[in-house]
Amino acid sequence: MPPENAAAAAASQTKDAEDAMDIHQAEQTKHAEQTERAEQTKHAEQTKRAEQTKRAEQANEAGGAGRGQGTKGAERPADPARGGRTQARARAARNRRLVVYATRVLLLIAVLALWEVLARTKTIDPFNFSMPSKIWDQITQWALHGTAQGSLWEQIWYTLYEALFGWIIGVIGGVVLGIALGRVRFLADVLGPYIKVLNALPRIVLAPIFLIWFGLGPASKVASAVVLVFFPVFFNAFQGAREVDRNLVANARILGAGNRRVTLQVVIPSATSWIFTSLHVSFGFALIGAIVGEYIGATKGLGLLVSASQGTFNAAGVYAAMVILAVVALLAEGLLTFAEKRLFRWKPAEPGADR
Amino acid sequence: MITSGKRHSDAPAIELRGASKVFRTPSGGLHTAVRDLDLTVEQGEFVAVVGPTGCGKSTTLTLVSGLEEPTEGEVLVGGVPVEGIGPEVGFVFQQDAVFPWRTVLSNVMAGPRFRGVPTAQAKERAREWLARVGLASFEDRYPHQLSGGMRKRVALAQTFVNDPSILLMDEPFSALDVQTRALMSDELLELWGGTGSSVVFVTHDLEEAIALADKVVVMTAGPATVKQTFPIDLPRPRKVESVRLEPRFVEIYREIWSSLGEEVRITRERGAASAA
Repeated sequence: MPPENAAAAAASQTKDAEDAMDIHQAEQTKHAEQTERAEQTKHAEQTKRAEQTKRAEQANEAGGAGRGQGTKGAERPADPARGGRTQARARAARNRRLVVYATRVLLLIAVLALWEVLARTKTIDPFNFSMPSKIWDQITQWALHGTAQGSLWEQIWYTLYEALFGWIIGVIGGVVLGIALGRVRFLADVLGPYIKVLNALPRIVLAPIFLIWFGLGPASKVASAVVLVFFPVFFNAFQGAREVDRNLVANARILGAGNRRVTLQVVIPSATSWIFTSLHVSFGFALIGAIVGEYIGATKGLGLLVSASQGTFNAAGVYAAMVILAVVALLAEGLLTFAEKRLFRWKPAEPGADR
Repeated sequence: MITSGKRHSDAPAIELRGASKVFRTPSGGLHTAVRDLDLTVEQGEFVAVVGPTGCGKSTTLTLVSGLEEPTEGEVLVGGVPVEGIGPEVGFVFQQDAVFPWRTVLSNVMAGPRFRGVPTAQAKERAREWLARVGLASFEDRYPHQLSGGMRKRVALAQTFVNDPSILLMDEPFSALDVQTRALMSDELLELWGGTGSSVVFVTHDLEEAIALADKVVVMTAGPATVKQTFPIDLPRPRKVESVRLEPRFVEIYREIWSSLGEEVRITRERGAASAA
């Protein structure tokens, strides 16, 4: 498929970081990091689960119908010696996991302890760099006694609400437009250059404009979240709609599907894996949009907490807000991964094995 | 099986008259896949098309199916020119074309559902065909959980469930191992036996072609056109594994290969020339 039209060229940006603009480039690397990390954990989990089910199936088949399907019957758990060995292997895998977790926790403790010691011994300036104990104090104080703008939960809720709202709008817009442009050549040809121009814009500078347009309330934050979320989702949906296996489309058409059915039942399902990749990244963007919006001007939210702490030279406050944000983002990420697993039961266990 | 009133009952099932297909290549050049092709498939006839790899055999099928239009010439199905994809056509693809996000049952139901059959009825028909291809107990699996041969059976059930009177098959078994292939060929003959549909079966395997078909059509090296047509007078019902050993089979094989081998050699020499 030659990318003759401009929109396709624009879409290739999502893959090709080199011809993208600054902010886009930052997005790329972040994207890469995130997916890599996500895939590592996912992979480990999935292979674990896949192995379990496979073993169960093998046991079934060996015990049940006794079909002579060579390779499948090979690993028969009925043999005691083999059973012992699989058990030993499972134990070794468990031990290895434990060691990894323990080392991970130790590393965290070591870094935090080092920071604490360096700050307490004044090797680094505790006023500028703060220290873990102070950050912890700040978090508990906010949690128990509230912040200057009201309770901590209210700030978290505000930020989440803005991010979530902006994310949903951005995702819907991106998916709908992405699929539409991916399917309708005419639309792609007409709108392609405009989308490319808009994407080239460092969109975070729109946040002050939105503040002027929509005021200090949540609307301006939602707007900046939307513009950050829209583009990665759009490009992924667009690419997903164009990379649909042509055999599948041909098959659906032969089986009797019209254009609408092909879009709904072939293009969208096969683009979902592309879209989901962008959902992970884009929720991070939605949070960024909301926080930056709040940082520039707001009445409530974690971003305001950051800027207020900065205004009073409270380094611990800035860090504390960051820690809270990280926890919130991780929880959201976990929810998304859970939803993805439910949705992609039809996929082979190993990610990336299929394409 | 042909329901449309427009179709002539005595017309051949498929007729190509001087059909050509020219594609525009990505670099802007023109590529003639099929040139001046004449081919007739009678109703209920099983025709195998053999030719060197990449000669344009598959293009012939896309013309008959209505997926592509001929640049020149005519393509008739049931005596009526092809316009778009007709409901009487079934197509089995070379690569996996079952929907990976649907379960086996849902895949087989897809055709009837796309054609507006109510869910309950579609399910019933799908189950019937799944039973016929021996996958009744696998209806809740996803395609990636099946072997290649099983996926091909799903594809066959998916196609047959629509009761096609025209069955187009594009090297359907070429990705399978030899034993599975023989098995699937037998199953295909069995499934086809009950339907009375006309089949065009594209392959590069001459043995497969002779074992299956009533008529073998040899294509020239690309651009493809019909070189020669050979009737196969082996008696039916056939078993692919045993029919291969019959002296008549070997005789026919030798006869057709003398025609096909030349085209294969031409293709090979061209490949060598372009590689050099």
